[in-house]
Amino acid sequence: MDAILLQVLNGLDKGSAYALIALGLTLIFGTLGVVNFAHGALFMIGAFCAVTLQKILNLSSITIDPTQTDFLGNPLKVKTPYVINWFGEVAGSAIINWSVPLAILVAIPVMLAVGYVMERGLIKHFYKRPHADQILVTFGLAIVLQEIIKANYGANPIPTPAPDAFHGSYDFGVMIGFEANAIIYPVWRLIYFCFSALVIGAVFAFLRFTTFGMVVRAGMADRETVGLLGINIDKRFTIMFGIAAAVAGLAGVMYTPINSPNYHMGMDFLVLSFVVVVVGGMGSLPGAVLAGFLLGVLESFASMNAVKGFFEAIYLPSIDQIVIYLVAIIVLLTRPRGLLGRKGVMEE
Amino acid sequence: MLGLDKKNSALLLIVIALTVFAPFLMNPFPQSSGLAQFNAGYPDLMQRFVIFGIFAIGFNILFGLTGYLSFGHAAFLGVGSYAAVWMFKLLSMNIVPAIVLSVIVAGLFSLLIGFISLRRSGIYFSILTLAFAQMSFALAYSVLTPLTNGETGLQVYNDDPQILLGNGPTVTHLFGFEMNSTSTLALGDWAFQFNMGYYVSAVMMVLAFYLSMRIFNSPFGLMLRAIKTNQTRLNYTGVSTRPYTLAAFVISGMYAGLAGGLMASMDPLAGAERMQWTASGEVVLMVILGGAGTLIGPILGAGFIKYFENIFSKINENVLHGWFAALPDGLENAIVWVLHFFVGKGWHLTLGLLFMLIVIFLPGGLVEGGQRIGRLFKRKKSGDDASNTKPAE
Repeated sequence: MDAILLQVLNGLDKGSAYALIALGLTLIFGTLGVVNFAHGALFMIGAFCAVTLQKILNLSSITIDPTQTDFLGNPLKVKTPYVINWFGEVAGSAIINWSVPLAILVAIPVMLAVGYVMERGLIKHFYKRPHADQILVTFGLAIVLQEIIKANYGANPIPTPAPDAFHGSYDFGVMIGFEANAIIYPVWRLIYFCFSALVIGAVFAFLRFTTFGMVVRAGMADRETVGLLGINIDKRFTIMFGIAAAVAGLAGVMYTPINSPNYHMGMDFLVLSFVVVVVGGMGSLPGAVLAGFLLGVLESFASMNAVKGFFEAIYLPSIDQIVIYLVAIIVLLTRPRGLLGRKGVMEE
Repeated sequence: MLGLDKKNSALLLIVIALTVFAPFLMNPFPQSSGLAQFNAGYPDLMQRFVIFGIFAIGFNILFGLTGYLSFGHAAFLGVGSYAAVWMFKLLSMNIVPAIVLSVIVAGLFSLLIGFISLRRSGIYFSILTLAFAQMSFALAYSVLTPLTNGETGLQVYNDDPQILLGNGPTVTHLFGFEMNSTSTLALGDWAFQFNMGYYVSAVMMVLAFYLSMRIFNSPFGLMLRAIKTNQTRLNYTGVSTRPYTLAAFVISGMYAGLAGGLMASMDPLAGAERMQWTASGEVVLMVILGGAGTLIGPILGAGFIKYFENIFSKINENVLHGWFAALPDGLENAIVWVLHFFVGKGWHLTLGLLFMLIVIFLPGGLVEGGQRIGRLFKRKKSGDDASNTKPAE
């Protein structure tokens, strides 16, 4: 029982990332009808917002401390980050320590801007072109963004640790009546899950309870009629693109302490996110979220030793690598519209 | 000639002439001149031209004719390579059984994947093929390690059975003609290299090109074009399109398998990275760049990409400094600083930009570009709007 619970928890953090990216993909597809192959790149840019902020906060002034010497006997050069000079020892180091959560504040405007520019500058011109062209141009864009990041930050993963307060693990089992050390779960992953639940909730609430959201939903159902009613639906859809980009970016920012970001992290997540969207049902927002968590948990179950051992016995080692694809195939063969896809929605 | 009309026969003859004389054409600059680095006439690169040409021709049969954009064709190339290397390991280093098996295995594999993916069209199809390609990559990389040798890649070892080897050569060969044998013809300052492997691949490419011409002009090809133009209407007239699209998918999968088999025949290795989805993206780019739906486009695209990949990756900052040495220092450094993002390791950035530019401004690819320029000249000469032959819709 505790082992099962542990695997569910383990799947949640990856599932959260899948769900957030898939949510953005579905939003873009549902509103603008564009398949955005550059969405993984947006996730990566979000992660590199955190990296950049960390780098900026660690910019240091170098002073020479004559009382100490380094191993060559020269006077020791002491690096003090500017933030410490400005805000004092305690506040300054706290700011540096909390760079990842602070990066959220940076990432939201940056990602909104990136999304806006992307939509107005490039994708706008592709609404009337065939889907193949949309896929190809966003694929090209993804390569370009990825290579720009690689040229600036190098090819190696850059560690961006979580704040000290969230280091370590939390004994989750004790809280719900298991013995100590039965279910230990890293604190940051728990935060990641809560954060993504919050973001998903916010997006849904925004679409459900605001006038803006209502208009967007109406536009998703019938764009032409909404346009005929004198509403500038294009403008609202552009903003939705920005929001989708911000969601992907936030997923990236918060993911950095779990896996050090590198330039191809976006591509790695993108393919799986597409699978998630298709399994959930193209154009269905709840479907994307549900499928994201479902596939994340499934992946972690498949990496359990007992399950792996069973599949190894029938000559399929490391089943966890392909289980998502297998499930996707089965779902599509039995329910071609995906889990929550409806008839007539995004059939083509 | 051979069931082709006049224009296509001419095209075929041009392609044959180009491939036969490629060692001369690709080597226009003397060895000692500074431009020698732009030569492409060495066996390894020429083999890649024609092998990726085959791959692109096959992809064009699916994408150019039916409009189904597959993002997983590299999987078939990889499967073909693995099949070929297994033949080397089990039988002998003769490439004939290897290529035959690689085409068959890729055909069966594409039948399986096509059967499932073609249940949907449009974006779904692209995503499904993409997912399958990634799955095949994961399978080759870790799950099926006994078959694929995982990360290391599959290669031929001395203790492999090779039951038909006997006293035969231990390098890949075609009934005794070794693939890596190269004869060099030195003419003054030029050294032209004629490689056995290149000519074997070139013959295969010409055959593949001829077959694709026949497919383009056949009733079957017409049906595929009809699917691209309006599949719904075709369905309403009572035609089931599935068998046609599946046939096109399998044919293009077999082309990819042939390319994979040839690749393994030139160098008996097969690795999982050949199946990665960026590799699938590359063949899409080749076809788009050359001109999807045209006959010659894919070959042009493949040659263009492979040539510039090779040239651009070789250029580094020192070479750039050499080129712009005549300029004032500050300007030189500025230009080199800007350019160094696009050359050497930055080749992929150039590739991505090229991809975007072609899709945005020239969706018909190089062939359309050529036609536009041609039309421009014609108009200037005669003043009338001569309607040119359009690429297949």
